[in-house]
Amino acid sequence: MRVDVTGLTVRYGDVTAVDDMSFSLESDKIYGLLGRNGSGKTSLMSVLAGYRKPSGGTVLVGGEPVFENRRATAGISLVRHVADAADKSDKISEALTYAAWWRDSWDARYADELLELFKLSRDEKIGALSLGQRSAFGVTIGLASRAPLTMLDESHLGMDTPTRYKFYDALLQDFMRNPRTFILSTHLIEELAALLEEVVIIDGGKLVLHEETDSLRSRGIEVTGVADDVDGFVAGLTVLSEKTLGRTKSAMVYGSLDDEQLAAARRAGLELGPIALQDLFVHLTEPVGETR
Amino acid sequence: MFDDRSPIYRQIAERIKADVLSGALEADEQVMSTNQYAAFYRINPATAAKAFQQLVDEKVLYKKRGIGMFVSTEAREMLRVQGRETFFGEVVDPMVAEAKAIGIPLTDVIRRIELLENGDI
Repeated sequence: MRVDVTGLTVRYGDVTAVDDMSFSLESDKIYGLLGRNGSGKTSLMSVLAGYRKPSGGTVLVGGEPVFENRRATAGISLVRHVADAADKSDKISEALTYAAWWRDSWDARYADELLELFKLSRDEKIGALSLGQRSAFGVTIGLASRAPLTMLDESHLGMDTPTRYKFYDALLQDFMRNPRTFILSTHLIEELAALLEEVVIIDGGKLVLHEETDSLRSRGIEVTGVADDVDGFVAGLTVLSEKTLGRTKSAMVYGSLDDEQLAAARRAGLELGPIALQDLFVHLTEPVGETR
Repeated sequence: MFDDRSPIYRQIAERIKADVLSGALEADEQVMSTNQYAAFYRINPATAAKAFQQLVDEKVLYKKRGIGMFVSTEAREMLRVQGRETFFGEVVDPMVAEAKAIGIPLTDVIRRIELLENGDI
């Protein structure tokens, strides 16, 4: 399901959570929505799901406005972390029934498969679930909804590592069988990075970048060598951070280097290495002046 | 599974090339599908598809519509030629530099190579 966000603004009283944001997402891709706490991720997803009316701008899902539009929201599923929308006194089986009412795309058999995968019992009360089980329950709702736009907002955060890997495998397998648009928000960036075709990074309610994961990854370069040589080389480039160890200096540079620059680095005996996505994210969303 | 640094599709492409070179993948043999690669390596299928596209562009693989990807007949020979072009720069020169740095005389390196060649070690 295609998503078009244009000039979106979300305000709570004096606080602007999303500030004039514009981007478009294509159908049938897995997107990562990355941002620090308070960056506006949850507000953005709430608007995309039609839970909240935009204060300004427009949000179209599949070409339609979503707020108070039953036809559009029937194709959208948003699971917030630990599934806090479910009634604690309900049993899992009851919560699944409600989830099924919402949308035509619900697959009850797949929901059962996922319950078995995550070792959840249909008779368990939502309120009695552990944090990890609640996460697994939330993910079950999200995946079994088979919604053309499925958003998982930190929904796997409470899972232990083996369960997260089960989730990643299930997500990937079901995405390949039933392609749809996923938006995943997470703080566990490195773990999820290989699953994301594109990433959207937001900070302070604004869009920082929207790019293919692989090309973003190749944008960061770590330059290491004798301090003076490194300083000379990075002059005029966008330096995200630097650190020194004795006479050795390492600088994280953002942007691609041309052949001439690569040759210059080689001549100067500088070591060039890639930067992990997580490190790029940290530096791209760092408040100015916090590190240096 | 991947070093999460250099683009994953390039790492997959390198791995397939290594399999072609070693003979693990033979000429006209079908390679696993994009989805099988994606599930196996736990990566986005678009990433796996990108690796395959790169290999098709480089003529290592060819596509049979509706069936899948196959190793091209000339792939192995082509990769061997390419490997020979870069071998000295990428393998021998760094080895010689390393030997010098740690004080191994090049005559010792040459003797080792001769022993390997004669099957004595």
